[in-house]
Amino acid sequence: MAAGRIGEKRPWTFYALATLFGAFLLFLYGPMFVIYILSFQGENGGVTFPMVGFSLAWFREIFQPGQMANIPVSFSRSIGLATVVSLLTVVISVAAGLGFRRRFPGSGILFYLAVASLVMPSLLVGFGIGLSFQFLGIEPGLFTSALGAQLTWTLPFGLFAMFAVVNRFNRSWEEAAADLGANAWQRLRHVTIPILLPGIVGVAMGAFTLSYDEYARTTLTIGTRNTLPLEIYALISSATSPTLFAIGTLTTGVSFVAITFSLLLVLRMQRRRAFAKAG
Amino acid sequence: MNSAGLISILPFALRGRPVTEPGKRRRTRLPSWLVSWFQVGPLALILVVLFALPTCLFLVVSFYDYDRMGIYPAFLLDNYRELFTTRATWRVYASSLKFAVIVWAITLFLGFNISYFLIFHVRGAVVRTVLFLLCAIPFWTSGIIRTIAWIPFLGRNGAFNQILMGLGIASHPLTFLLFSDFSVIVTYVHLFTLLMIGPIANSLSKIDPALMEAAVDAGASRWRTMVDIVIPLSKTGITLGSILVFTQVMGDYFVVRQMSGGQSASIVSMLSTQIQAMEYPPASANAMVLVIFVAILVAAMMKVVDVRKELVK
Repeated sequence: MAAGRIGEKRPWTFYALATLFGAFLLFLYGPMFVIYILSFQGENGGVTFPMVGFSLAWFREIFQPGQMANIPVSFSRSIGLATVVSLLTVVISVAAGLGFRRRFPGSGILFYLAVASLVMPSLLVGFGIGLSFQFLGIEPGLFTSALGAQLTWTLPFGLFAMFAVVNRFNRSWEEAAADLGANAWQRLRHVTIPILLPGIVGVAMGAFTLSYDEYARTTLTIGTRNTLPLEIYALISSATSPTLFAIGTLTTGVSFVAITFSLLLVLRMQRRRAFAKAG
Repeated sequence: MNSAGLISILPFALRGRPVTEPGKRRRTRLPSWLVSWFQVGPLALILVVLFALPTCLFLVVSFYDYDRMGIYPAFLLDNYRELFTTRATWRVYASSLKFAVIVWAITLFLGFNISYFLIFHVRGAVVRTVLFLLCAIPFWTSGIIRTIAWIPFLGRNGAFNQILMGLGIASHPLTFLLFSDFSVIVTYVHLFTLLMIGPIANSLSKIDPALMEAAVDAGASRWRTMVDIVIPLSKTGITLGSILVFTQVMGDYFVVRQMSGGQSASIVSMLSTQIQAMEYPPASANAMVLVIFVAILVAAMMKVVDVRKELVK
């Protein structure tokens, strides 16, 4: 039934599920296409249909620091924070994922602590950290309280992703390297890390995305200088203009290009590797 | 910042030295639990300092007294009493729970079937990767923007009504679509289905297709194979996805506020109103109750499936 060979007749479930998948994609992209179209709204148009002409005014708006919001500055703040969060998440959660391969005293408590941190309503985490900073008399800031609040979300995510990655890792590879005389650092550098690399890249990208889009944990811990999601939220509550849609269109466009590019890169690497093997 | 990472890698370096002369081989071995603790140390430190301690802090503050000027150390149960005797509390919990159950059922159905399709029906790794990416691309756009994208889609003059009228299915625009329970559920499903697809697809991809072929060869129907083999073997993913979706809906801050048109509130948006009014003690009591509620739900789900045993092998 499943994973049949090419040319084999497909069961009816294939067509049913393919239809469901198609419908899901329509559902996923339907409203997205609406905002892509509306982001080209004419200068006198609003956030709903009908379209009043066509313009690029709302894209220009993004790059101008406005009265309501300063998109370029908050965007660069978000990127900076997301980069730091992503790096820390990779290092800490990869190490922890490797550590969890053995049972150790306290492993159960730590596991459930990570689960709790992941499922805790986000605003409450921010509230707790914000309150703590207030009690200690420390000013909240981008790379202190906001960074910390985001790590309570990306680290458990990274740890769980690493469980999935590490589970597929065969420890006898490490043992073989040890038998051949590799020291611990060489084993990590030349065996463990290269094999885990796709998973590590996944963790890095995931953590970056989670951080870049984080709202509820950040809002009470950020202090006075907003990240992009907070700025967007401020825009929604203060004014309604198609600028938001233009931001959405731009983000999708950029991520589409980035994904296509990296996919092509991976395909090329695979082909070269296959070629090297054949030769 | 990176010193934390270096410390966790350090034990690797300490465990063995490069072998220069076979005869003079000296190895200093740390006990394995200590190595593990070096590796998980940074994680443990961050979770304790930034998650466990702040949570304890608002447990303490939830018993405090307060007035317009500030908050005062005390041990009062008034904040809790007030919370439980307010009808709005019960109403908002009931409505959040209702949303959570409905959204969970829909995302589970979609997530399981889509994962099954992608893992077992799609042939070729490249096609599968591309289809997965197609599911993931909208998630690079801010959740806030994806939420409000539904407004021009579902609105009176929105795209969906235009399509329905264009096709002759409806004669006048449907108004229940937007700013209603319907639009809240649609938005949740749109935002959270990927949280279901990820863990379930991960579980399904570990199932050996030969196992299913064997079941079919032994005379099992497609349905029996599904119930007796595929679902039991993917229960970790199902549980993880369910936990994520459930807790996301219960902890929602934004969607209900934006999409229900003020008809319903969420627990957290109620709480944030108290925080903005600087009423920290009642907000803390409210937070504590929500934390305990979510903890019980998650514990119950993890009781059904021992996620830890499945994940950490």
